[in-house]
Amino acid sequence: MNPALPARRASALGFAATLAIGLAILFGAPHVLDTFGLVQCTGFAALAMFGLSQGFVWGFAGVMSFGQAAFLGLGGYAYAVAVINMGDSSIPVLLSILVPMAFAGLLGYFMFYGRISDAYIGVITLTVSVILFQLVNATSGSQYRIGAAELGGFNGIPAIPALNAPFHPDEPLDIDGIWYAAMGALILVYGILRAVLAARLGRVIVAIRENEIRAQLIGYDPRLYKLIAFMLAAGVAGLAGCLYANWGGFISPTVFALPMSAQVIIYVLVGGLGTLVGPMLGAVLIQALIIAAGSQTVVDSNLGLGLVLVGFVLLVPQGLLPVARSAALRLVARVRTPRPGKAADTFATERAR
Amino acid sequence: MTPPGATLRPLIEARGVTMRFGGVTAVADVDFTLGEVELRCLIGPNGAGKSTFFKILTGQLKPSEGRIRLRDTDITGAEPHAIARLGVGIKTQVPNVFNGLTVHENVFVAAGRRKSLARTRAIVDETLTRLALTGIAGRLVGQLAHGQRQWVEIATVLAQEPELILLDEPAAGMTHDEVHRTAALIREINRTHALIVVEHDMPFIRMIAKTVTVFNQGRILVEDTVERVLADPRVRDVYLGKQAA
Amino acid sequence: MDLAGLLAFNVLTGIATLILITLGLGVIYGMMRIINLAHGEFMMLGAYTAVMASGAGVNIWIAMLVLPPLVVGLIGLILERTVIRFLYGRMMDTMLATWGISLGLIGLITTLYGNVVRGVSTPVGSFDIGRYGASLYSLVILATALSALAALFLLLRFTKFGLILRATMQNPRMAAALGVQPSRIYMATFALGAALAGLAGGVLAPISGVSPAMGAAYIARAFITVLGGGPAIITGTGLASTLFGAINELVSFKTTPVIGDVALLTAAILLIRVLPQGITGRYLRRSL
Repeated sequence: MNPALPARRASALGFAATLAIGLAILFGAPHVLDTFGLVQCTGFAALAMFGLSQGFVWGFAGVMSFGQAAFLGLGGYAYAVAVINMGDSSIPVLLSILVPMAFAGLLGYFMFYGRISDAYIGVITLTVSVILFQLVNATSGSQYRIGAAELGGFNGIPAIPALNAPFHPDEPLDIDGIWYAAMGALILVYGILRAVLAARLGRVIVAIRENEIRAQLIGYDPRLYKLIAFMLAAGVAGLAGCLYANWGGFISPTVFALPMSAQVIIYVLVGGLGTLVGPMLGAVLIQALIIAAGSQTVVDSNLGLGLVLVGFVLLVPQGLLPVARSAALRLVARVRTPRPGKAADTFATERAR
Repeated sequence: MTPPGATLRPLIEARGVTMRFGGVTAVADVDFTLGEVELRCLIGPNGAGKSTFFKILTGQLKPSEGRIRLRDTDITGAEPHAIARLGVGIKTQVPNVFNGLTVHENVFVAAGRRKSLARTRAIVDETLTRLALTGIAGRLVGQLAHGQRQWVEIATVLAQEPELILLDEPAAGMTHDEVHRTAALIREINRTHALIVVEHDMPFIRMIAKTVTVFNQGRILVEDTVERVLADPRVRDVYLGKQAA
Repeated sequence: MDLAGLLAFNVLTGIATLILITLGLGVIYGMMRIINLAHGEFMMLGAYTAVMASGAGVNIWIAMLVLPPLVVGLIGLILERTVIRFLYGRMMDTMLATWGISLGLIGLITTLYGNVVRGVSTPVGSFDIGRYGASLYSLVILATALSALAALFLLLRFTKFGLILRATMQNPRMAAALGVQPSRIYMATFALGAALAGLAGGVLAPISGVSPAMGAAYIARAFITVLGGGPAIITGTGLASTLFGAINELVSFKTTPVIGDVALLTAAILLIRVLPQGITGRYLRRSL
């Protein structure tokens, strides 16, 4: 018997379960939540997608991109500028994916083909996002415009036209519609990333993360695969940016700033590096925490976030999902076999950092 | 099969290979030839330059001077992945395996480049059986004993279906039995493939070697059959630390 | 002519500022290869020390030059003992933990002192370069930067402590075998780096708005300058600061300060692409 099968079965089961839960949330939320709650959740969905992008590029490809906020921002701004100019949201959505991907292609080529080491990639991507922040922040004044869209400097771009039914600009989506679009997109992107990871491309990407030398000696060019993963993650972050812009109808340069890059890293860390579901859960959890923290005055939200981050690094460095998963596995193993035994090795599909 | 009487074109031909690291010359003006389906052992004391020369052959280092050809292709300074694609399988001194993946997954990734799924599966099964790894196929490689990790690495090399196999210290850290099995494996591989083996373990060398190249201080000291090399007093002196004549 | 003089003066000030900002980070990174993302916040703490102390009546020079390094050095020591020392060798985790510390410090200061921008006035006046007025305070910055650089050099080169520091940096196991406790050295180094950051914050307090989030403006350029400088702490920081500081000032002069900042960051990224180990990774490798 192929020893990889039990692991694959467990993994397929997990995927099916996640999909089922996702679809349940997709269709159930509008009936359970009021308008305010639904809008909140739309924001959660956008940030969960942002978390997915970070989780994919860092946890699976091993690329320490600390400036994913750059792509979030580029996607959001690309959507905003395009939809203001075009009136119909269909092409702008595409642009929100393609513009960050193109930028990632250039930056990635610069970094990976320049053999820049891992740690430096973190600092460089962070710096690029800071550069973008500085540039966009300084665009106050009506001379800074792309077509009909003024960039607005630190005030950002207000009143961004919402998504409309594809190629029907006279049918803008309502609150429910935007929820379906956002959550539906999240489920779709999750599915696509899962498919990529199960395919040869994904296996190679993970192998390169595991041992770049061995992957090279098998004949794979690590630079190319890292570039592909980087671009893919940028596209996902860009789409998240589009959803983010739709969430508030508004975008500002803070989307490029350090706190945004920090937040998404925290999502991944809390949720579990090396998983896809973890970052999504982490996003929802942390965002909920931020909102709760913001509405109380006992502990400053930065202080709280900082303590959470430090606490996690020191105490739960693997993140919540892997800890929960291995605890669940131990439970299952103990239930299945009367004697205490180790969890079957074949379930050990944890990808270490 | 080459018709009898025809001269065999060398598989590997290196001329004037030199490697300098700052002020240190690790490899000095080395000429080296390997024939088709030839098995060559590289030996020499620590620091003799054999591992550096090995890394130059695999593309992990770019030589300061010299040229290396793999049949008709110049591979001097080529990227490791490019050299691998030309049909060279490489096992490194420190095992480079995918620790977080299972044995099966390791071999699968190695076997699967540019091959159909069915063919890949066939190669994986074949290779696992050949190296007696089927029993531990589901184990995480990071948790295996050193000797087993070496074999997993050899399995990944073989799964690529290379023409030339380069092994850097394949017997390191192995038990007595494992060493014997590895030697048998190498002799079996040599029936159809060329190999270059860098080794320290003398009994192991005796088990597999035909022609031996002895490195010393970056140069080739002597290159001859294993019997004559191991009987050569210069080789013994070099290992015992005395200056070679 | 006057303009050239003013420009040259500004360039020197810019370089000195960059040296001050970068030195503390360079010490920590150079010694322990730790990416301390709380560096900007250490500077912020130094600035707050200066503002609070001078507001309480302490002599301005002591409030800016003496107290901040002491206070922030102590805080750095405490943080090293409570958080950092558990994470040595785990580069990712130290980055994340220091990021958490940075957020925590911002939150703490916001809680204690509110989110207002404070300031302290420059203690010296201005002078003239031809037709242009220049701030004498820039001379203070220049002097502090050069003194800090010189003091660090003397410390590393001529004192026993400096020797132990350099030895531990190169080979901690060997140093341990010789009776040195690397953990003690790391603690001292982290505190030293924090103190230098505090000094930078204190000295720069009169010319920047002091607020809890002020550190963010410095972290990116400090980092990229350290990486551009390479492994040698003093020559690396010095050379990279000179190059990037000059570019920053010259471009700012021609266009706007924002473009100048962007130019600095971009130039640094390009340099790292060409010299992946930084300037002193290739040149002057043996220097301090």
